Amino acid sequence: MAAIYSLYIINKSGGLIFYKDYGSAGRMDTNDSLRLASLWHSMHAISQQLSPVPNCAGIELLQADTFDLHCFQSLTGTKFFVVCEPGTQHMEGLLKHIYELYTDYVLKNPFYEMEMPIRCELFDINLAQAVQKDRVALLAR
Amino acid sequence: MQFFGGSEISPSPPAPTASGNNAHMLYIFNRNGVCLLYREWNRPLKTLSAQQDHKLMFGLLFSLKSLTTKMDPTSVDKGNLGVPQLPGQGCSFHSFRTNTYKLNFMESPSGIKIILVTHPRTGDLRESLKYIYNLYVEYVVKSPLYSPGTQIMCELFNTTLDLYVRGLG
Repeated sequence: MAAIYSLYIINKSGGLIFYKDYGSAGRMDTNDSLRLASLWHSMHAISQQLSPVPNCAGIELLQADTFDLHCFQSLTGTKFFVVCEPGTQHMEGLLKHIYELYTDYVLKNPFYEMEMPIRCELFDINLAQAVQKDRVALLAR
Repeated sequence: MQFFGGSEISPSPPAPTASGNNAHMLYIFNRNGVCLLYREWNRPLKTLSAQQDHKLMFGLLFSLKSLTTKMDPTSVDKGNLGVPQLPGQGCSFHSFRTNTYKLNFMESPSGIKIILVTHPRTGDLRESLKYIYNLYVEYVVKSPLYSPGTQIMCELFNTTLDLYVRGLG
């Protein structure tokens, strides 16, 4: 029983720089995930334009029929979003934690080129742990 | 989806959760993207002309629908991104929230889209949207003077809708 279905990280221009699937049904190839990521980037921007009150920062939570999508945008414009089961709690905390991991293991990696796909082993390991911990916490409830 | 319990409006509309008017605006689109009705109660920020605003809103809903259909983690066969979907086909969404507003969305099987934009901390409004849809059926569709696909100019509908949305939590 997976609480989280997938995780996306997109750079400030809407390019997908990290994608991980945790067991969603059906196949999603690389092209699909890239297109979904950039589509999300534009939807996020349009939602800011349609706001009836000033200072809108874009979609934080999208509730679909079969999943919830939580999105966190960092100050530099990098967006992190997870697709999870409807009603999953404390996803904001997890996203902030993933952001911390990103700053620690990706941005501080001297071999990482900004805005490029993330290929850092330490990030992968720590991310897996964070998601696992989240799942254990969920099972304990 | 069960919108059509009976032809009459249910005697008791879903109870408002709190007092005060939280609603910002309401849109009703038909399946072709024509804005049948636009009402606003509280909208301090206007950046676009009305027509542009409606187009952008319809475009956002259309694209979000194809995004959720493609992203749906529970279905095996999702098809390609952007393939046109009939109303009720594929995984849809019922609301999204930003830090400044919440958008509640409902699509009827005939393709009528009802969008209610409210304060971000409003709860689940799915029942309320169904009630608004029932109002639409009662006061607009059944009106002999109304021809489908045109702007809604029905006094009775407007006042009832206004009354209901103002009482909404």
